[in-house]
Amino acid sequence: MSVKISNSGDKLIIFLSGEIDHHSAAEMRYFIDGELERSTPSVVVFDFSEVDFMDSSGIGLVMGRLRVISGWGGKAVIENPRPNIRKMLKLAGLEKLTGQEQKK
Amino acid sequence: MKDITNSMKITIPAYSRNEGLARMCATAFASQLDPTIEEINDIKAAVSEAVTNCIVHAYKDKIGDIQMELRIVGSDTLYIRIKDKGCGIPDVKKAMEPLFTTSPETERSGLGFSVMESFMDKLKVKSSEGKGTTVTMTKRLVTRNEQTDR
Repeated sequence: MSVKISNSGDKLIIFLSGEIDHHSAAEMRYFIDGELERSTPSVVVFDFSEVDFMDSSGIGLVMGRLRVISGWGGKAVIENPRPNIRKMLKLAGLEKLTGQEQKK
Repeated sequence: MKDITNSMKITIPAYSRNEGLARMCATAFASQLDPTIEEINDIKAAVSEAVTNCIVHAYKDKIGDIQMELRIVGSDTLYIRIKDKGCGIPDVKKAMEPLFTTSPETERSGLGFSVMESFMDKLKVKSSEGKGTTVTMTKRLVTRNEQTDR
């Protein structure tokens, strides 16, 4: 599986890799939710540096996890998205999570 | 209408693991137009959305066939047609609205058609309830030569 988790204090870092589509998202979701519910971190970092492809199933995956994390008032950020991933995030209005939103 | 200079037709069963296969086939076919990395990524995303729609919606309760036809039209335009014989879409206009989804419980974002529309140049969706859906997309690829000329 293409998800690795690392914990540092109250921060959970989720390293995703490979391609995120409808096929792979289901397994990723299951794995990530298990970790989230166990540690209820106040900050969750999704590290996208090794993700080479993502379609709107990845958007569903991110939005779903945001909902889970907000359940205990946690925050999420997305780090290191490649240009194609950024384009997808922008389309979904999630670019703000990367902390590098383009000013209009 | 410009001449079709090359074409390819594949039929794959609606298994979710075939989403990646469909993307790979489309990428391989499009590579003869010497696309940029951005263009390849746009094509991959659009194909992925169309094929996923067939798997998630058209063939919700069965494994049917998905047909993908690719064509090079003229010297620089990629044409992609993705066709299923699934349940069809009762209201295409509604289905194409951004964020509209019939499957929120499985975390479908409702952005599939928005991705196809914004990553390709043209998108056409034809559907008939109980008979199936055909999605046609085209994209003109800017050739490397044109880029250096600019």
